[in-house]
Amino acid sequence: MNQQNEKIKKSAILIACMCFSITGFFISIVNGAVKISFVEIVNAIFFEEATVNYQIIMNVRLPRTITASLVGTSLALSGSILQGIMRNPLASPNIIGVSSGAGLMTLIILILFPDYYFLAPLSAFIGALTATLFIYFLAWKQGVATTRLILAGVAVSSLLGAGNNAIMTFYPDKVSGVIGFMVGGLSATNWKHVDMIFPYAIVGIILLLLISNKLNILMLGDEVATGLGLNVEKTKFLFIIISSVLAGAAVSVVGLLGFVGLIVPHITRQLIGSDYRFLIPATIFTGSAVVILCDTLARVMFAPVEIPVGIIMSALGAPFFLYLLRRKKE
Amino acid sequence: MELKVEGLNVFYGDKKILNDISFNIKSGEITTIIGPNGSGKSTLIKTISRYLKPKGGSIYLDKVNINQINTKEIARNLAVLPQVKDVSSDISVEELVSYGRYPHLKFGKRLSKEDKEIIEWALEKTGLLEMKDRCVVTLSGGERQRAWIAMSLAQKPKILLLDEPTTFLDICYQFEVLELVKELNKTLGITVVMVLHDLNQAARYSDKMLVINNGDLWEYGEPCEIVSENLLKNIFKIDADIYEDKVNNCPYFIPRKITA
Repeated sequence: MNQQNEKIKKSAILIACMCFSITGFFISIVNGAVKISFVEIVNAIFFEEATVNYQIIMNVRLPRTITASLVGTSLALSGSILQGIMRNPLASPNIIGVSSGAGLMTLIILILFPDYYFLAPLSAFIGALTATLFIYFLAWKQGVATTRLILAGVAVSSLLGAGNNAIMTFYPDKVSGVIGFMVGGLSATNWKHVDMIFPYAIVGIILLLLISNKLNILMLGDEVATGLGLNVEKTKFLFIIISSVLAGAAVSVVGLLGFVGLIVPHITRQLIGSDYRFLIPATIFTGSAVVILCDTLARVMFAPVEIPVGIIMSALGAPFFLYLLRRKKE
Repeated sequence: MELKVEGLNVFYGDKKILNDISFNIKSGEITTIIGPNGSGKSTLIKTISRYLKPKGGSIYLDKVNINQINTKEIARNLAVLPQVKDVSSDISVEELVSYGRYPHLKFGKRLSKEDKEIIEWALEKTGLLEMKDRCVVTLSGGERQRAWIAMSLAQKPKILLLDEPTTFLDICYQFEVLELVKELNKTLGITVVMVLHDLNQAARYSDKMLVINNGDLWEYGEPCEIVSENLLKNIFKIDADIYEDKVNNCPYFIPRKITA
């Protein structure tokens, strides 16, 4: 009976997360540098196609909000998986080097080969995957131990960070153009960006929803999971690939946006518990809501000047990270 | 179900841990692996449970090499309770036990009515029905171990492997766990292979004992043959007096001193 109540409770939380995400979506559409009332928005979308308001809504705010939503979902899911398979609450795409791999490759394209900007997402994947595989290879010693994986990730991450800095040192004239990328920003996002991230995010989400119960089994420990007939190495590898594809897609669009992959999975776990069959769908909504709302804040806080969403995320994320560290000690 | 091990060689890096181990465990028996620390007994059970890959040799379930069986199919017959296991702080007993149905679930399918009945049955067999809604982490050591055994039971295994199921438990819980294992073996006919540290408990609860020393199979036989002055002196380095427990029909010993 109680098990049943638990399920109902979790479903209710899930619906609340969904409502939160939808509300965030509307807040983001309504707010911006130009004040447009809700009625005007409805008018703009359905009746007057040629007006400025229509242009702002349809070609600026809508694609930007959708991108923010997909970026948030991708990074949050990526972090959630990594925290699960590494059984470490501090694992996130940033910390284990997945993001910096994607970041370095994107930066190389943006600075060294700006004419090939359209290759940015592809190179971000290659970067994320290469970094992931390299980290995996470094950590491999008759199977992959979690601590080794995280340490290798931190090492590779700083190495790649050095690569980023080296490029910026050699091309100081081009640095101003990529600052938004370095901190993670969504300015000038358009439908092209939606197209860039959408296919990967959708594939990742559907795959994760289908195999979320495998994460539950993995959480019992490698030996128990093996005993239950789960191929632990293969499954972990599959999840790492999915997580780097999601993080890579997000990084190619938004840049090195930190802390989403760390904070959101945590808060969501606090809300709905550690059962991945609920955690994954809930993370989809909370991830999207958090980035949408932070981006809205970034747009309106100093309007008409907008700051990169990464600054807001870091301002909220760094203290949270410290809080986690403190709490873990107790 | 019969379990046969043939010529097993296991390495950690370059170091040979198990050397050419062969034995044959009959269906329905309780076999306890004993040996001093570092002898390789846990390695042996980890290899049988396919967590460690042997460099050489084979393991057979009813004469079929496990390399030829899908790992999920193996899990429907062979359940493992390792020493190292983990459970999130908000997982309830029933939830944990339900994971035992994983090898029986088809891709993307939910628990069927039959699965739920089996979970209920496993909870009842281990005396956990009343506690099924409690979080596993809030249970006592003995109850927690029973919850894990219930998860293994939900796999509906024919063979159950237990790696030191009594370690870190108070004496009362140790007996509780061993009594449960014995009862499951008697009533359900599950073949049990386990590692125990306490030789007197091993002698009392086992049909057969298997002695591993320094990576070699030293002896394999019934407790009354195995528990001898020779074993205690040469393998465990103690001088002891051996008696017969007439009530439980098994040998037991009292250590005197460390062998000089």
